[in-house]
Amino acid sequence: MLFSHSYKKAFLKTLGSFIQVIPILIGTLFLVSWLQAVLSKDIFYRVFSGNTILDSLAGALFGSISGGSPITSYIIGGELLQQGVSLTAVTAFILTWVTVGVIQLPAELLILGKKFAIARNIVSFVSALMVAIFITLTLAFI
Amino acid sequence: MKITPRNINGRYFFLIIVAVLYAVTSIIDVSIAKRALEASLALCLQVLPILLLGFTLIFLSNIFLDTKKIVKYVGKDVGIKGWAASIIGGIMSSGPIYIWYPLLSNLREKGMKNSFIVAFLYSRAIKVPLLPLMIYYFGLSFTLVLTLYIIVFSVINGVIVDKFLNKV
Repeated sequence: MLFSHSYKKAFLKTLGSFIQVIPILIGTLFLVSWLQAVLSKDIFYRVFSGNTILDSLAGALFGSISGGSPITSYIIGGELLQQGVSLTAVTAFILTWVTVGVIQLPAELLILGKKFAIARNIVSFVSALMVAIFITLTLAFI
Repeated sequence: MKITPRNINGRYFFLIIVAVLYAVTSIIDVSIAKRALEASLALCLQVLPILLLGFTLIFLSNIFLDTKKIVKYVGKDVGIKGWAASIIGGIMSSGPIYIWYPLLSNLREKGMKNSFIVAFLYSRAIKVPLLPLMIYYFGLSFTLVLTLYIIVFSVINGVIVDKFLNKV
């Protein structure tokens, strides 16, 4: 009896969480798809100028506002490298693609809290730039 | 009644904003709105199993994990064990990042530290099934070094965010 009671309680609690977050998740899902439909992939190839510092910032910014499967970021990143874009910029791009979520920010704010979401995204953005620089330096030594 | 975040719950307000975005897009260019809608439905089907997994885990955690157990593994003062659990969990988790927010929120209510949530979310950048593709595009050395840096920065970012949240 006690066993079934705890199951029922857990189920109701989970159902409560589900009802609370489902509008946010559906909204985020539709927002991500909207951005993918609106943003042409060509835009990624047009924003890089050849300046490593500016390209790294542009890469990190575009990665942050993009969403979807990381496979897409690898493909675009690989093509950018072939076009002569620096490894630092490409690394910042593929890393912020998965670690920073501007488009998912409303969901993160609502579910995990405003301060947490903003702090986490800013720290992830800065660290992506740092990792990009460190990787380029490390690979130069290998 | 005017619809504002004050008189309607924030989550529904967000959903309405997205619906308005689609409506405006369909007025400007119906083909873009249609493409976005088709992509959304495909994404819905794609994330549905992961979403179910997420809520099954919340259900199981509501049954089997109480505050004591959570604090023991990913709470305060657990040290390296907590970092390892969060980073391995992040690496193993699949699907979009936002699917995992409800579970992490649930675990935080039970005592999971913010720093471990940050580590979990950052280490998700390591995608084991996609490693061969990354090696193909960027090479083995790049992939290995990046993986190592992501693990290190999962911890660094966790510590920074935790310190910041404790201060404000």
